[in-house]
Amino acid sequence: MAPIIQSTQPWVEKYRPKQVKDVAHQEEVVRVLTNTLETGSCPHMLFYGPPGTGKTTTALAIAHQLFGPELYKSRVLELNASDDRGINVVRTKIKDFAAVAVGTNQKKNGYPCPPYKIIVLDEADSMTEDAQNALRRTMETYSKVTRFFFICNYISRIIEPLASRCAKFRFKPLTEEIMSSRILYICKEEGIYLDAEGLSTLSTISQGDLRRAITYLQSAARLFGSSISSKDLISVSGIVPAEVVESLLKACKSGNFDLANKEVNNFIAEGYPVSQMLTQLFEAIVEENDISDEQKARISKKLGEADKCLVDGADEYLQLLGVVSITIQALCNMPEGFAYEG
Amino acid sequence: MLWVDKYRPKTLDHVMVHNDIAQNLKKLVTEHDCPHLLFYGPSGAGKKTLIMALLRQMFGPGAEKVKVENRAWKVDAGSRSIDLELTTLSSANHIEMTPSDAGFQDRYIVQEIIKEMAKNRPIDTKGKKGFKVLVLNDVDKLSREAQHSLRRTMEKYSAYCRLILCCNSSSRVTEAIRSRCLNVRINAPSQEQIVEVLQFIGKKEGLQLPPNFAARIAEKSNRNLRRAILSFETCRVQQYPFTDKQTISPMDWEEYISEIASDIMKEQSPKRLFQVRGKLYELLINCIPPEIILKRLLYELLRKLDAELKHEICHWAAYYEHRMRLGQKAIFHIEAFVAKFMSVYKSFLIATFG
Repeated sequence: MAPIIQSTQPWVEKYRPKQVKDVAHQEEVVRVLTNTLETGSCPHMLFYGPPGTGKTTTALAIAHQLFGPELYKSRVLELNASDDRGINVVRTKIKDFAAVAVGTNQKKNGYPCPPYKIIVLDEADSMTEDAQNALRRTMETYSKVTRFFFICNYISRIIEPLASRCAKFRFKPLTEEIMSSRILYICKEEGIYLDAEGLSTLSTISQGDLRRAITYLQSAARLFGSSISSKDLISVSGIVPAEVVESLLKACKSGNFDLANKEVNNFIAEGYPVSQMLTQLFEAIVEENDISDEQKARISKKLGEADKCLVDGADEYLQLLGVVSITIQALCNMPEGFAYEG
Repeated sequence: MLWVDKYRPKTLDHVMVHNDIAQNLKKLVTEHDCPHLLFYGPSGAGKKTLIMALLRQMFGPGAEKVKVENRAWKVDAGSRSIDLELTTLSSANHIEMTPSDAGFQDRYIVQEIIKEMAKNRPIDTKGKKGFKVLVLNDVDKLSREAQHSLRRTMEKYSAYCRLILCCNSSSRVTEAIRSRCLNVRINAPSQEQIVEVLQFIGKKEGLQLPPNFAARIAEKSNRNLRRAILSFETCRVQQYPFTDKQTISPMDWEEYISEIASDIMKEQSPKRLFQVRGKLYELLINCIPPEIILKRLLYELLRKLDAELKHEICHWAAYYEHRMRLGQKAIFHIEAFVAKFMSVYKSFLIATFG
């Protein structure tokens, strides 16, 4: 599956660490897995943590390092959410693959090749509960010849019996220094000039998610060429510029409903995502000094409700207007609740 | 031919409103480094125009020779097989479709059909390996499962297949998809830009267009370029030469909703509610989307209300719109909103005037 031209390959793939020891900032996992590489023994694993911290990378790297390119195809099964993963797949595909016996320990071309196969279940938290239940017995029956690697964002969505059968590893969000060093490395490789301001913007907007940071960097490089400023990064990331948030907040402070309504209309016409606006509005309000705690609580409560409604697919304009209306009421200390509710 | 289609820019160089975006896109294509794209913005801003111009830039005039097909697929889903039908618009190099038309079965469309299409790699006459473009409309209406399946498909077939996604609100597109695409925000054109376009069309058509009149059309259009051009053409049919004071007729449905609003304001009773229901049905039968009705109704009511009631009413509008999205029958929720408004307004009147 070679890409048409080298440059079309996403940088995320291009700079994915190939070896376990290159995985940044996750010392515990790396220590355990390096041990695995030496001894060849390996428990079932469960990797969880926020996106972009290296879970999939680690799982793929260990599989490659254990088996090498030759045996990889026959020893590793990789499944993720786009492959149909209902209970049927668990019963047939996974079980069949798990049941196949493999040869004994024999080193090949310098790879350890331990006598088991690996099944990587990426995005395991989107598996149904039934499918997870069906896996329990399979895991135990074939534990001699098969190891499971579960990868997920939310450990709470993995049923307890599965989680208790695995060694659990939490992947921490990356710190700013590690992210910066990785970004600067890529910039150097790709011949991109990124100033200090751009670098700090990039680490703020990507919030510890290295994949997102690299994607933004590549998008900006594609659109604006090899010299990237912090403004370019903001425009590709879909972040709402600070002035826009500021002006909406100002309209709320004025207490004039019509003015705020006009501001909301403008905001929608500009095409910014409202969910992003809610996040940034929340940050702005929490950091604001001349708003009392009670007012902040009242606004935050509404922000939460509106966010839930947006996830359900409600209209962006109406939800943002609702938030703005509550914000005005809170800032002007109008009484809570409705005066004329029938 | 309608002016909207006649004066739609065909190439990226002719784009008037989003010229900076068009030039950036052109640079992407000429460098053969085209990532997946996600266009988002309000309707009438020019998303589709840009996409069509972009396709032309990629594949030459051949991209405009499209044929409409109603294709049927049989998808094997475990024990049973599902029949799906979907209208596609395709040329030699691209296929355009709206997967959300398949309703709750959109997941199969994404998983099976797009996968299958992405696997067929086109080879052009020179034997070079090209790539296909899939244009997916309304991705924000796709179900969550379908969006999840899309993300892997995007990575797996990225060598042969580029996706161009188009939607109104990017809030409803999952983070996973957004992070895999180059996001392009298309904002609605400003009033000045709309006036500029109208002047351009007027000149091409050989019409005298007074600046004040153009400004009024632009203002009425609510920053929707398509609407501005359509109403410009309507005005041309109604009366020419143009005068500054010429009336710009609003859409029928808008007038109708404004009528409903004044009905509700005049009398609050079960009888009136019953009459309003008939009118709401009339609107729904004529295919006006329910959320548009609710939003317009709110707009009309807000214009007439006292400031102290506005907060309350906009809260209820948001509340019932959300419920409408979760429920099945839109009419219940619009009617509930009307009933709620009546009760709130009545108690307001009683409290104020006794």
